[in-house]
Amino acid sequence: MSEFLQQMVNGISLGSIYALIALGYTMVYGIIKLINFAHGDVYMIGAYIGFAATTYAQLGFFPALIISMAACAVLGVFVERIAYKPLRNSSRIAVLITAIGVSLLMEYVMMFFVGAEVRSYPKLLSERVFEIGNVYIKAQQLYIIATAIILMIVLQFIVHKTKTGKAMRAVSIDKDAAQLMGIKVDRTISFTFAIGSAFAGAAGVLVGIYYNSIDPLMGIMPGLKAFVAAVFGGIGSIPGAMIGGLGIGIMETLVSGYWNSMYRDAAVFAFLIIILILKPAGLLGKNTREKV
Amino acid sequence: MKKLLVLMLAFILVAGSLAGCGDKNANEDGTKELNIGINYELTGPNASYGEASVQGIMMAFDEINDAGGIDGMKINPVEIDNKSDSAEATSVATRLMTQKNVVACLGPATTGNFQATIPEAIGNQIPIISASATGDEGVTTDKNGKVNEYVFRLCFNDSFQGVTMANFASNNLEAKKAVIIKDTSSDYAKGLAENFAKTFKSNGGEIVAEEGYVTKEKDFMAILTKVKSKDFDVIFLPGYYQEAGLVIKQARELGIDTPILGADGFDSPVLLELAGAKALNKVYFSNHYSSLDKDPLVQDFIAAYKEKYNTDPGAFQALGYDLGKFIADAIQRAGSTKPEEIKNALASTKDFAGVTGSFSMDKNHNPIKSIVVIELKDGVQATSVKVEPK
Amino acid sequence: MRILMKKNLLILLCLIVTFVIVQVLIMNGIITRFHEITIATICINIILAVSLNLVTGFTGQFSLGHAGFMSIGAYVCAIINSRMDSTLGFLIGILAGAVAAAIVGVIIGIPTLRLKGDYLAIATLGMAEIIRVIFLNLKITNGAAGFSGIPRYTNWMWLFIFTAGSIILINNFIRSSHGRACISIREDEIAAESMGINTTKYKVMAFTIGAFFAGIAGALFASYFYFIKPDAFGFLKSIDILVIVVLGGMGSITGSVIAATILAVLTTFLQEFTAVRMIIYAALLVLIMIFRPQGLMGTKEITDIFKFGKREERLNGRRNR
Repeated sequence: MSEFLQQMVNGISLGSIYALIALGYTMVYGIIKLINFAHGDVYMIGAYIGFAATTYAQLGFFPALIISMAACAVLGVFVERIAYKPLRNSSRIAVLITAIGVSLLMEYVMMFFVGAEVRSYPKLLSERVFEIGNVYIKAQQLYIIATAIILMIVLQFIVHKTKTGKAMRAVSIDKDAAQLMGIKVDRTISFTFAIGSAFAGAAGVLVGIYYNSIDPLMGIMPGLKAFVAAVFGGIGSIPGAMIGGLGIGIMETLVSGYWNSMYRDAAVFAFLIIILILKPAGLLGKNTREKV
Repeated sequence: MKKLLVLMLAFILVAGSLAGCGDKNANEDGTKELNIGINYELTGPNASYGEASVQGIMMAFDEINDAGGIDGMKINPVEIDNKSDSAEATSVATRLMTQKNVVACLGPATTGNFQATIPEAIGNQIPIISASATGDEGVTTDKNGKVNEYVFRLCFNDSFQGVTMANFASNNLEAKKAVIIKDTSSDYAKGLAENFAKTFKSNGGEIVAEEGYVTKEKDFMAILTKVKSKDFDVIFLPGYYQEAGLVIKQARELGIDTPILGADGFDSPVLLELAGAKALNKVYFSNHYSSLDKDPLVQDFIAAYKEKYNTDPGAFQALGYDLGKFIADAIQRAGSTKPEEIKNALASTKDFAGVTGSFSMDKNHNPIKSIVVIELKDGVQATSVKVEPK
Repeated sequence: MRILMKKNLLILLCLIVTFVIVQVLIMNGIITRFHEITIATICINIILAVSLNLVTGFTGQFSLGHAGFMSIGAYVCAIINSRMDSTLGFLIGILAGAVAAAIVGVIIGIPTLRLKGDYLAIATLGMAEIIRVIFLNLKITNGAAGFSGIPRYTNWMWLFIFTAGSIILINNFIRSSHGRACISIREDEIAAESMGINTTKYKVMAFTIGAFFAGIAGALFASYFYFIKPDAFGFLKSIDILVIVVLGGMGSITGSVIAATILAVLTTFLQEFTAVRMIIYAALLVLIMIFRPQGLMGTKEITDIFKFGKREERLNGRRNR
C-alpha cells in the first residue's frame, strides 16, 4: 500500500511538471492554434536565465524567478512578433515548421554559448524530505504541485474574469470578428505569448532546482509531453492541460511501477491513442460540430 | 518588422559563416601539415560526449604542436560534426577521407556511430580510431570474427567492464542479489548490462529486477520506488553520468542505501555536481585510470586540464587526450604519413604509455589494458583496485 | 491519347538521360564516393517526402509518424538482407519491408484516421514511438545497440529506379480518380463525404500507400548506410520529413523533390561550419518559411509552370484522355 501511495506521489509530482509546461502551452495553443514547438525551449532558456541570475549575480530564489519570468515573457513576445506574426494568415503547418525552426535556433544558439554539458543548479530551495509512514515526500515536490495549481487558478481567472481574458477568448473563437468588435488582436496575442512564456520560464527555474540538472536540449521531451498533455486534456482548455499533464505523469509512473519500465513510453502512447479514439476531442475538449 | 528580421537573421548567417571560416583557417601558417580528421558528436543528443572527447584531443594536439609537431609537421585537426546521427557519421567520414586528405580519422565517440564509419575506413583504406566505442561485437572485428584491418580503439570493451563489475559485486561486496537499472536507449548500457547479468548469474547470484530509462530522462522515482520494495544487495547502473548522477541522488533520497555499481560512464566531475557529495557513498565504478594514481603522466594531465578548463577531467577527456597522443605516436613510429603505414604502426603498438593506462594492441586491435575499480566516498575517489585483463 | 504517349516518351527519355549522365560521372570519378552519399540522401529523402506529401499535402491528414514506417522498412530489409546476402535478398528485403510498413499502415490507419488535425498528429506520433520502443526491446533488432554490418547493395541504379518509380507511381495515383478523391478530402471533408466519397477508405488508402513508400525509403536507407538504430527513427526524423514537405509546398510533388535536394545539399555544405551549422540551418528554415509560407512551390507542379498561359490547351488535352 505504501508503495502505491509513493508511486502516486511520484506520478503527481511528475505530472505537475508536465502540467506546469502544458499550461503555458495550451494558452498559446488555444488562441492561435499554433503547436508552439519552441515552448519547450523557452522553458530551457528560463532555466538558464535563472541559473545565471543565481550563480553569477548571486541572487536569491524569488529575484531569480522574477527575472527569468520577465526575460522569458520578452523573449516570447519577441519570437511571436518576428517569426509567427508574418505567418498569421498562412496554413497552420507552415507556422509549425517556423516554430520548429525557432526551436532549433534557440537550442543551438544556447549550445553555442554554454556548451552541451549538463550543469547542476544552485540549491535554492529547502531539500527537506518528509517521511509519512513509508512514503517520502520532498518539500520541493510540494512547491511544484502548489505552483502548478496556483498557476492554473491564475490562468483560469485571467481568461474568464478579466477584460483581457475576454479578448483572448474572442480572438480564439474568431479573429476577424474580434477585430471588428474593436479588440486589438495583435496586442492580445502578444499578451498571451508573454504569459505563456513567463510561465515556461518559471517552470524552467523550478524544474532546474528540482532535478538539479539543466542542458540546452532539456526542452525537447517536456515540450513534446506538454503538447501531448494539452491535446489529451482538450485543446485550449486550461483545466484540461492540468488534467492531461497529471494524467500522463501518473500513467507513466504506474506503467513503470507495476508493469515494465522498458515499454513505458509505448504503453502510455497506446493508452493515449485509445482514449483519443474513444474521445476524439480530448478529455475536456468541446466536440465542435462542423458546419457546412 | 520584416526588414528588422531580415537584418537580424542575415547577421546571424554572416556571423555564423565567419565563425565557421575562422575555425577553418586558424591553423594555416604555412608549415607542412598533417590532416587528422575529427568526426565527433558536437550537436544532437550525444553532444556532451563528443565535446568532452574533442577537448581532450585538442589538448593533446596543442601540446604536440607547441613542442614542434611530428618530425617538424604540424598536426592540423579537421573537425566536422556528425549531429549524433549514424548516417551523418558515415557521410562525415567519407568527406574527411575523400575530400580532406586526412591520414587518419578519430571518433565518433559512441559505438553505433563508430560502426557506421567502419565500411568507409575499409573502403578508403584510412585508419579510424575511437577512444570510447566500447561495444563488443562488430567493432574491431566483423561478424565472422575477422579483424577489421583499419579499425582500432583504445578502450576496453563492455564485456571486460561488465564481467569485472559482476565479479567485484560477488567477490568484494559479497552480493547475492542485484538489480539492474539501465539506459535502454543506449548501446553502451545494453552491452554492459548483458555481460554483468551473465557473469553475476554464473557466480551464483540472482538478478531480481531489470529496469530501464531513456537518455535525457530526469525522473527515476517510479522505477526506484518499484526497486525499493525488492530484496537486493547491489544496484548495477550502466549508463552515463548525466542520468546516473540523478538516479543516485533520487535513490538516496528515497532511502535506498545499498552499494551502487557503474562503469566508466560515471567518470565525470558532473556526477558529483548532480548527485551531491552526500549521495556518493558506497558507489563503485570501473574506469580506465584513477585520479589517485601517483604516475606523473596522470597527475600532469589532471593539473594541465584543470588549468585550462577549471574543472577535473572526465573519462571522455582523458581518453580523448590519449587518443591524440596515440595517433601522433603511431605516425612518428611509422615515419610516414601513408595511411597504410600508420595502420601498421597502430597495429604493432607495444607498451604505449597513456593517462588511461599503458597498453599494447592485441591481434584484434583492442588494447590490452588493466581496469581500475574506484570507490567513491563523499563524492571523491577514496580507493582504487586494479584488475588485470585475462 | 497521342499527346499522352508523346509526353510519356519524353519523360522516359529525360529519366534515362539523367540516369546515364550521373552514371557516367560516377564511373569517371567526377562524382566521388562522398557526393554519392549526398545523392543517396537526396533520393531517400525524396521518396520519404513525396510519400508524406501524399498523406499530409494531398489528403490533408497531419501525420507525425512517418519515421515509424521508415524504420519498419529499414529493419525488415536489414534483417532479410543480412541473412540472404545477395541482390535478390536485397530486393526481397525492400519489398518485404515496404509491404510490412503498408500492413502496419492499414492497422494503424483504420482506427486513428477518424481523428482530425492535431489529435491525429498525436496519434501518429504515438504510434511511431510505439514502433520505436518495440524495436528498442526486440532481440532480433539488437535493441539500442543497433543493427550493424548490413551489406550495401543500394547504389545509384537502385536509388534511381526506386526514386523515379515512387515519384511516377504517386504522381499517377494523385492524377487518378482515387487521387482526386483524396484531394477533395483535403479541400473539404464534409463536402467530399456528401458527394458520396468514402472518406475513411481514401484516407486509409493514402496512408497505406504513404507507408509503403516510406518502407522502401527505409530499406534503401538501411542498405546504404550499413547501420541502423532505433534512435535514428525518432520523432525528430518525422519532423525532418515534414519540414521537407512543407518547405517544398504541401501538395506539390515537384516541391518535395526540390526541397529534399536543397536541404540535403545545404546540410552537406554546412558540415564545414561545425560550430554553427545548426544555427544557420535553423535561421534559414525560419527565413524561408516567413518569405514563402506556402512553401517553395506552393501547390504548383513543374508542369504547371511550363504550361502557363496554355490553360485552354491543357484542358482540351485532358478531355481527350
